[in-house]
Order: sequence, then structure tokens, then C-alpha cells
Amino acid sequence: MSEALIRVEGLTKDYVMGSNVVAALRGVTLSIAAGEFVAVMGPSGSGKSTFMNLLGCLDHPSAGRYWLGGQEVSALSGDELAAVRNRKLGFVFQHFNLLARTSALDNVALPLLYGNVPAAERHPRAARRLTQIGLAERMDHHPAQLSGGQQQRVAIARALVNDPQLVLADEPTGALDSRTSVEIMALLQQLNREGITIVLVTHEHDVADFAGRIISFRDGQVIEDRPNAAKDAAAAL
Amino acid sequence: MNFAATLRIALLALRINKLRSALTMLGIIIGVAAVIVMIAVGNGAQARVEDQIKSLGSNIIMVLSGSMTSGGARGGSGSQPTITEDDAYALNREIDEIQAAAPSLRGSGQVVAGNANWSTVFYGTSPEYLQVRDWAVIEGRGFEQAEINGAGKVALIGQTVALNLFGEANPVDQVVRVNKVPLTIVGVLDRKGQNMMGQDQDDIILMPISTARKRVLGSSRYAAGRNVGSIMVKTKDGANMAEAEARMRELLRQRHRLQSGQDDDFYVRNLSEILQAQEASSKVMSLLLAAVASVSLLVGGIGIMNIMLVSVTERTREIGLRMAVGARARDILTQFLVEAVTLSLIGGAIGILLGVGGATAIAEFAGWRTELSGGSIVLAAGFAGAIGIFFGYYPARKASRLLPIEALRYE
Ligand SMILES: Nc1ncnc2c1ncn2[C@@H]1O[C@H](COP(=O)(O)OP(=O)(O)O)[C@@H](O)[C@H]1O
Ligand SMILES: [Mg+2]
Repeated sequence: MSEALIRVEGLTKDYVMGSNVVAALRGVTLSIAAGEFVAVMGPSGSGKSTFMNLLGCLDHPSAGRYWLGGQEVSALSGDELAAVRNRKLGFVFQHFNLLARTSALDNVALPLLYGNVPAAERHPRAARRLTQIGLAERMDHHPAQLSGGQQQRVAIARALVNDPQLVLADEPTGALDSRTSVEIMALLQQLNREGITIVLVTHEHDVADFAGRIISFRDGQVIEDRPNAAKDAAAAL
Repeated sequence: MNFAATLRIALLALRINKLRSALTMLGIIIGVAAVIVMIAVGNGAQARVEDQIKSLGSNIIMVLSGSMTSGGARGGSGSQPTITEDDAYALNREIDEIQAAAPSLRGSGQVVAGNANWSTVFYGTSPEYLQVRDWAVIEGRGFEQAEINGAGKVALIGQTVALNLFGEANPVDQVVRVNKVPLTIVGVLDRKGQNMMGQDQDDIILMPISTARKRVLGSSRYAAGRNVGSIMVKTKDGANMAEAEARMRELLRQRHRLQSGQDDDFYVRNLSEILQAQEASSKVMSLLLAAVASVSLLVGGIGIMNIMLVSVTERTREIGLRMAVGARARDILTQFLVEAVTLSLIGGAIGILLGVGGATAIAEFAGWRTELSGGSIVLAAGFAGAIGIFFGYYPARKASRLLPIEALRYE
């Protein structure tokens, strides 16, 4: 495969709580190529979210280095990280994290607000993304007026609106029923086929099975990293 | 992120908690309204004083008869006549700062012309009187020196007297009887309007001081000898009033042969000082309003800070999400600062409306003169905005310093 989109070396994260130190991540080294669809698995507390937060430039590692698209991001300042998150990354959360009392359209347009996109372009771009994921009719709806699956689609549209290279999804199906989960996975597979790199955390084997590579964590370390013959989610529907 | 978008987010956030926003604004509303009313009342009082100084003639100093100390017993102002016509002429002659000094003898009574009669006041004075009071003769002429010296039977009348005695007819060359003494009207005075006490200044007759003394006021003790009731002095433009007063006092003490230990037997009063004393009473009202204004603005500011802190806590996850999708610390800072300033400016705008209404109501119902100024409105709006920035800064900075991951995970 081509040059690595993600490369981490000895990535370590300690949470210091008083005299207690929790070693959440203990020296993770791996790389992920552009275009991969990776599932991160492991028992609860094994460090999956910590790893994702570091990949997402939401937190600083205690030690180790991280290159994203050739740029070393572990050395960047807060504002520079914000710019990286804005331009290169898209986030999908377990609990959607949509702004309440804000329309689907405005939720999707939110990253554009911080990306110096002219006001006149924001809504058309957001609308295109919403249409692409099949929510053209729900643009004016507020999150409370949407089902869980629809809310997660809006969140995915928001993650995509800035044309990111990498989408990070921490248990995106954790709050959804199994049929809706498969729908969301089908959507992510489709996006992956269009060229977007996806790293997804899940503790369900059924969900991980839709990925092309499965990395397993235990006690803050990678214990297994194997390719996977991905099932086609669209066919499973 | 551009300003329009930031403003839209702020307005949305404030709309979501309408009642809370409205209550938060209350302190600012009251404070700003008080500022507007305060300045309107203060300016009104100032303008009133200035108008009165203008209508009196500027740079006026009054010399009044004082008390003569005799065997330890002292009378009040004017209880004994102590100043004379000659004092007035001496002031005129010897003090450089003085432009004109006019002695006056006051009387009052019925005046008759033909079969019309009217009750009015009259002054025996010198030609300088018109100069001192910036008063023009609009018809006929003023007094001539021969008439002053020879107790000429002539008079100048004010507009009110003219109207009541002669209606629309021209009073010049008509005869008016003052205390049964027939005087020929040689001129009519310009309209002056009311003075600071609300008295009609046009209800007046002027005559040469000698005429008043010898013919009209015959029996009054003021009229005896060369005594006068008061001397009205106008200083030259740009003259130092305090200096002029000091020199007048010195001259009069000399003329009255007062020893250095003795009290003055006259009073020197600067008229603008008297008026300023009146202005002081409305200043007390202004000060009270200023106190209310500053307390309200302070309380309003603290209220804004409090609500913004609550808002930052409530919206921690929102802040985390915004940071996750690319908001920089300064975007978050701006967002919450704009929200605080919007809150205080809306409060300020309502306060301005209320203050303008209040000032108008005070003028209408309490009869106070108030003067609204654009400057005070700009000042109040600026104050409101400054309060928003000052009290909104700490919560906004707190929001901007959150770490993205901790804000996102906040429960
Ligand atoms: N903010 C934090 N402060 C302290 N300890 C934390 C914090 N976040 C996670 N941890 C600890 O780090 C370890 C890994 O957590 P996490 O990465 O959330 O695991 P996972 O997502 O795999 O369940 C756990 O032991 C957890 O208790
Ligand atoms: Mg987790």
C-alpha cells in the first residue's frame, strides 16, 4: 500500500490522578495507510478511546510520536491542532453530539464555520452531504425530531463536510439497534470505497467484521493486528 | 469564523433561555436608564441656569445694604440702608474690572394711564441700568443725563406694563401716573420673560433715580439722603469676578470707613453663584441617580458574569464539540464574549428607551427641565458594552481554556 496516513511510534498516555497513575496506553506503534477501514477492538478499559482521542488530536500523548499525512502532529500547538481537526479529520461519536435546537443543516455546516468557508457556500455544501447520506428531507429538523440512526447519519455528514482524509468513529453503533448499526456500517463502507480512511472503535465482532483490518487492544497495548475479509454491509441488510 | 455567524450563535443561545436572559439584563436596563435620566436632569438644570444668567445679563454682581453693627445688635440684610448712589458712581469710576454699576431704588404701587390702572414695581436708577442688564429700548429712547440730574418726569416701561395700560397702542409720549406723579413715557423696553423666581421681568417701570427719590418715593427711609437699596454691577467681559468682588469690597469698606476688625455693612453677591446654588439642588438628584446607576450597572455586570459562568458549564460538551470540529480557543472566547456583550447591549438599548421615556416623564409630570443629549445615549451604550466585555471576559476565557477532550467527556 501507499505511504502511511497514520504513523504512531511508542504512543503512550498516562492519566495522573493525585498519586495514582493510570497507564491507559503503553507504547503503541503502528501505521495505517490511506484508504484503509480499520476496526479497533478490545475489552472495556483497554485504551481504545484513549488511542482514538490521540489520533483525533483531541489530547496530547504523554510520550511517543504521531505523524498524520507526513506531518508530525504530536509537536503542534493548540491552534494548529484545531486546524488539523478542522481540515483533515472527521469525528463520529457514540452519542452523536449534535447541537440541540439546531437544524440538521446547521449541525452539518458547523465545521465549515471554523474553516473560513464563505457563508454563501456553507449551506449548499452541508445540504449536498445530507442529500448524499439520504437525509435531504430532514434538513430543517432538529436532533430531537430525528431517530437515533438519522442523528448518527447527520453526525456522519458533519464529519464529512470538510472533505477529511480520516474519519474517526468511537463506537458509532453503540447506541443503535442492530439493523440500524448495519445501515450505518453500510454507509461507512460506501464512504471508504470513495477513498476516505476510517478508523472505528467497537467491541462487537459483528460490527468489526465489516472492516478490512482489525487491531485488538488489551491493557493499553496492541495484542493482535490482522487483516480481515470484510463482509459487505449493504448485502447484509 | 466571521462576526455575523458569531452574532447569530449568540442570539440563538440567548433566545433559548429568554426569561433568564431578560432577568440578567435587568440590572443593565435600570443602570443605563438611570444614567440617561441623570444626565438629562443634570443638563436640564445646567441649561436652566445658563438661560437665566443670559436673561439677567452675564457677569452680574449685586451690592446690597447690610447690617450696621450698633451696640452689638445686628439687623439682617437691608434692615438699614447703608449704601449710596455715590457708592455706585465710585465703583463705576474707580474699578477697572467694572463695565457699569447702576444704583437702584425700588418701589411698588398702582400706576394709572387714562382710565387703565395696573399694579407694578418701579425702579429709580441711572442709565447704566440698561447696560448692566443687557436691556434694549425697542421704542423711543433711554434717559438723558439732564433727566437724571434734574429729576425729569420721564419713564421707561416694560412690555407687560405697556400691554396692560395701553393695549396695542404706542405708549411713547403717553403719560403714566406713578404714586400720582405724572411721568412721560419716553421708551419701551424689550421683552425679558421670567426670571429664576418665575417673576415677570417685563412688569416694570424705570425712572431716573432722582425722580424716584424726590418725587415718587418721598416718605420712604430708603429715599432719604443718597441711600439706595441695591447696586447692580456688570463686570467687563473676561474680567476676573473674584478679583472684581474683592476690589469692590475694599473700596466700599474704605468709603464706609470700616475699621479692619469690623464686619462689612453691605453684601456683595455674585448672581451666577446664587444660580449655581440652585443648580446644586438638582445636582443632588443627579448624584442620587448616579449612585443608583452605578450600583445597578455593577449588579448587572455581576449578573452577566454569573449567568455566563452557568452557561459555560451547561454548554461544556457543546464547547468540546466545537473544538473537535475545529474551533480554536479564540473562537470560543469570541463566541462567549459576543454573547455577554450582546446581552448587555440589548439591556442597554432597552435601558436607553426607558431612560428617554423616564426623562420625558419627569419633564412632563414633575415640571423639571430635562435635556436629552445624543452624547449621553452614546455614553450609556458604550458603558453597557464595556460592562459586557469586562464581566463577560472571565467566563469566556474559562470556556476557551477548556481542553477539547475534557470538554467533550464532561457529563
Ligand atoms: N480522563 C481520564 N482520567 C483518568 N483515567 C482515565 C481517563 N480516561 C480513561 N482513563 C482510564 O484509562 C484506561 C483506558 O480507558 P479508555 O481509553 O476509555 O478505554 P476504552 O475506551 O477501551 O474502554 C481506563 O483504565 C480508564 O479508566
Ligand atoms: Mg471507550
